Amino acid sequence: MTLLDQPILEVEGVTKRYGDRIAIDDIRFDLWPGEVLAVVGESGSGKTTLLNCVSARLKPDAGRVHFRTRHEGVVDIYDLSEASRRLLARTDWGYVHQNPADGLRMDVSAGANVGERLMALGERHYGRIRREALSWMTRVEMQEDRIDDSPATFSGGMRQRLQIARNLVTQPRLVFMDEPTSGLDVSVQARLLDLLRTLTRQLHLASIIVTHDLAVARLLAHRMIVMKGGRIVEEGLTDQVLDDPQHPYTQLLVSSVLQP
Amino acid sequence: MNARTEFATAVIREEGYNFAYLDERTKRMIRRAILKAIAIPGYQVPFGSREMPLPYGWGTGGIQVTAAIIGAGDTLKVIDQGADDTVNAVNIRRFFQRTTGVATTERTTEATLIQTRHRIPETPLAEGQVIVYQVPIPEPLAHLEPREAETKMMHGLAEYGLMHVKLYEDIARHGHIADTYDYPVMIDGRFLMSPSPIPKFDNPKMHRNPALQLFGAGREKRIYAVPPYTTVESLAFEDHPFEVQKWEHACALCGSRESFLDEVITDDKGGRMFICSDTDYCGQRRDGAAP
Repeated sequence: MTLLDQPILEVEGVTKRYGDRIAIDDIRFDLWPGEVLAVVGESGSGKTTLLNCVSARLKPDAGRVHFRTRHEGVVDIYDLSEASRRLLARTDWGYVHQNPADGLRMDVSAGANVGERLMALGERHYGRIRREALSWMTRVEMQEDRIDDSPATFSGGMRQRLQIARNLVTQPRLVFMDEPTSGLDVSVQARLLDLLRTLTRQLHLASIIVTHDLAVARLLAHRMIVMKGGRIVEEGLTDQVLDDPQHPYTQLLVSSVLQP
Repeated sequence: MNARTEFATAVIREEGYNFAYLDERTKRMIRRAILKAIAIPGYQVPFGSREMPLPYGWGTGGIQVTAAIIGAGDTLKVIDQGADDTVNAVNIRRFFQRTTGVATTERTTEATLIQTRHRIPETPLAEGQVIVYQVPIPEPLAHLEPREAETKMMHGLAEYGLMHVKLYEDIARHGHIADTYDYPVMIDGRFLMSPSPIPKFDNPKMHRNPALQLFGAGREKRIYAVPPYTTVESLAFEDHPFEVQKWEHACALCGSRESFLDEVITDDKGGRMFICSDTDYCGQRRDGAAP
């Protein structure tokens, strides 16, 4: 079996409680290399908790999350030392926040934002960092002459592009995205979705996208998971779930999309 | 008592205070922190900083370190911005004269213990000497990462990429690294350290210095140390190496081209002169003695 024949992420029975309240209950799914998985559901259904649990940001109360590393085989992300978990999070993983200000350093320039991960990995050549930053800004369709500007002077769409570039600079294999387009107006959303689709395909990125927007799921995701009340109520190929929803909640979700 | 009659020779130790002001238990606590700091070069050791009879920002950290290690046989030198005769230096020197009665000197070579604010003497330090720095902000990452729990984690895991983000930002904005004082250093290849607000001109003097270097921050309650002959490396980029300040002038008083110069405004018509900031060094040169 080659590496591609095995899942990059295996989630087994992940459960998280906040006090008596169960946020997510016995979640299990596999993610394959290069696959984009959308997690949809209404507010409070546990989407973000799930994303935090599988991205090592929130330790679940039960269950395991296995990640297939490049060199050391499969590891349980919560068995790793803090140091290797942080290393993993800034090399092989990316995390795109809904609000770009959470994922960016707003007080340093765009170039420094993109270069931060490289410097954290020990790159000590200013010229090389700058070249790399420029090349990534081009790839996310930003103007090169904005490299020395602070993200505080950028529009929402540009900030989101910058956040994506900052995450992809180490060529991660797995990117977590929490509602990456929901703060943007519709035309900017469309361009960003187009960009994300191109990048995930070009770079063969595995990705988990949390969204409440079914159009985002339709456009980007190969597979989707529908959540309600902390449980997975339906999962399958995106087109299949959206065109022929089986669970009453999914049917409701699909039918409540407004058609202009 | 004939204390007052000997006024002309020196300030005499006053009654009523313990030797070096602090009580013995406090000194012992501070010495334990110092020993730990020496054992882990560059690591910031927390300590129970005491209220001192002068305000924070005047060197309460350095004074506590000095008070904890000073002995009756020591010869003390106190400098402020290189000078022995500025307010901070004069007051701290008198404080220790009055509470310990130890000998004081302005000569770097004669001192066994040097407390300093913002400079390292030009005259090279020797084995057996101790230099105590007054530190306002011990955490080199403080301006970059406001959460202290996070900066501790970064020290613990030696994650110092953020410091280079700051240096990158300087080059992108100014074309060069803009820090001229308190320039961040790596100690023994492990801990990132603030050298206290000394000019970066003095950073190379810290590298493999034969003297013991101690740092005290009173308000922030931290002590750290660079033991003798420890590697001290100023951060930089491969294509933007570390450089120290240079002057077009020589010292107007002693003619030195090697020392750190202060610009002194002499009138309101644009008159100015450049003189050594290290008064002892400058004076020695003018007297024709070494160095």
